[in-house]
Amino acid sequence: MDLTIHDGEFVVLLGPSGCGKTTTLRMISGLETVTSGQILLNGRNVTWRHPSDRDIAFVFQFYALYPHITVRDNITFPLRAQGESRETIEQRLNEVVRLLQIEHLLNTRPGKLSGGDQQRVALARALVRRPAAFLMDEPLGALDAEFRETMRAEIKRLHILQHATTVYVTHDQIEAMAMGDRIVVMSSAVVQQVGTPTDVYYDPANLFVARFIGSPGMNLITGHFADGVVKMPGADNRYSVLPAWRQPLQKALGGEKDAVVGFRPEAAHIKPEGALAGEVYASDMHGAYTMLHVNMNEMDIVHIRGDRQAYYPIGAPVRFDLNPEMVRFFNPETEAAIRREAAQ
Amino acid sequence: MSNIELRQITKDFPGVTALKDVSFSVKDGEFFVLLGPTGAGKTTSLRVISGLERQDEGSVLFDGAPVDALTPADRDVAFVFQQYSLYPTMSVYDNLAFPLRAPLRRVPEPEIRKRVEEAAEKLRISHLLKRKTAHLSGGEMQRVSIGRAIVRNPRVFLMDEPLSNLDAKLREALRVELKHLQKTQGSTTLFVTHDQIEALTMADRIAVLSEGRIIQEGTPDDIYDRPATTYVAQLVGTPRINLFEASRENGTVRVKGSELHIPAPIATLPASFLLGIRPEDVKPDPGGQFGGTVVLTEPLGVETILHIESGEQTLLCLVPGMTSLRLGGEVRFNIVQEKLHCFGLDRKRVAS
Repeated sequence: MDLTIHDGEFVVLLGPSGCGKTTTLRMISGLETVTSGQILLNGRNVTWRHPSDRDIAFVFQFYALYPHITVRDNITFPLRAQGESRETIEQRLNEVVRLLQIEHLLNTRPGKLSGGDQQRVALARALVRRPAAFLMDEPLGALDAEFRETMRAEIKRLHILQHATTVYVTHDQIEAMAMGDRIVVMSSAVVQQVGTPTDVYYDPANLFVARFIGSPGMNLITGHFADGVVKMPGADNRYSVLPAWRQPLQKALGGEKDAVVGFRPEAAHIKPEGALAGEVYASDMHGAYTMLHVNMNEMDIVHIRGDRQAYYPIGAPVRFDLNPEMVRFFNPETEAAIRREAAQ
Repeated sequence: MSNIELRQITKDFPGVTALKDVSFSVKDGEFFVLLGPTGAGKTTSLRVISGLERQDEGSVLFDGAPVDALTPADRDVAFVFQQYSLYPTMSVYDNLAFPLRAPLRRVPEPEIRKRVEEAAEKLRISHLLKRKTAHLSGGEMQRVSIGRAIVRNPRVFLMDEPLSNLDAKLREALRVELKHLQKTQGSTTLFVTHDQIEALTMADRIAVLSEGRIIQEGTPDDIYDRPATTYVAQLVGTPRINLFEASRENGTVRVKGSELHIPAPIATLPASFLLGIRPEDVKPDPGGQFGGTVVLTEPLGVETILHIESGEQTLLCLVPGMTSLRLGGEVRFNIVQEKLHCFGLDRKRVAS
């Protein structure tokens, strides 16, 4: 694995459990040793340095606060351990509690706090050290949905204010998209793609990333590519490929072969005269929009995002079109994305 | 399949009232969701219906006839739990056949085979029938659990957070399949969840439970578009609804601590109230009536959450796609007047 994280950057390690994201974080912190390779902090090789010698603050999923001492003592603990002066401690404490709006909690014990407040205190304790980098391991994982949304925004705002280099681990693609300057998508101990939220959403490097990012993931339908047309499942489902894509597809596939057509749910539009057809498998209301699930043929189901007014009974025939600018292609054998530029 | 009615059910546990005067009915063939946080009384409701728990007051009726005197077995309901509770050493086939082989039922083997194969096909697990359940993935195991309920052809399905243990992608897929299955089978289903997305997307009707009481009952449209209380308004929808203290001033509404001055959506507003604005009803527009500063953007791919500061207030706004708006920049926007939600200081919806 090769990865460079820039000063002040917020990088998210994203992947399912067991993909190696926490191991990566633990190696950066020094809690885990590396089998081979190097870890550099500001250009300095710290591969064999003790964790305490790396100037990094770790925020765990579980709050790991000391239950028997007050919030004030919890936050100032790392500074007292470092032997900082009383004035420095007071000053830094005031700074972080104002930032996190937890001034009123200073004399409370952690056990009396809500999950969100406990997480704020844990964050404050990490911030107060002013470390060179923050490592956060699913810090919002234990919170319920409403707090997670709030804390997600708070951590990001904090980062915008402080610009401390942050490596953040999560399995939640929404969190990764919402927070990261860049996202490192991992699976089975391998980096699948490193990119901005825009990159991984619109131009996933392979089928894994295409599926993993988005809710639901990208629609991925395998068809046969020939004469500038992909013949998709279903009686007469033919997608006419934009001229600019035809060469790259030919070249990447090595002729007229099977290709995976990928498109996000918002790239498809229901239209009476649409080129593609299927029947409604289910349709569900999500509050702000309706998601339509259309069966093209024998469980080749595509998800189409529509507005709330639309109502479609199960089994109803529908036709739809794809926004050609938002269609992507993948090689079914290598699972890699085919790039338009590659052939030029 | 049957319809089910709960009439004024109250259930006390030592030191806590689990259900307080709860009444609702599930129609034949309906997908009914009980939505609420942990401890709201959702699971207790299911246990009372199944007969596993005996209510202190009130009555449970199936097809109009009380079943209070019937044992759980005689009520003929099928449970699907969050935990799969399959027999790990048995094959998928034997797990599915198990309820039909019970001494009480004694269904003949050819009939069992027919029903097991039918259920397996519906759940797309036909290829797994010979496999031992210990070797299945979480999603496959939950399919088998649902299949075991289906083969029995019960009067009603009771599902207690059946998707909660699955990862996000699988949950999404199974949600759609389960809904398709329920609609094409026409089975009466009572589904319990704390996940508002599951409730909105799957239900014909939803009852929102909190602290043992029903707060609101209605279609997903009712719950989302006309929440009865601020609690319901905040429970459904992501990101959460914007909720501000507001006051009425000569036919307009002023949001406390902000520049937001909106024509009053309702004639009969109290002097002080709470104003709810769903994030998708805040629409950026260069010629918009209101202005603010973008203090945070959260790109989610399909849409972006903008945090817009106006005075002391922060307004969440949902826009399609990836935005080009910059942090710290000014943004102008409109608010969809017809979709404003007004709640009294008692947190109840003010009728329009």
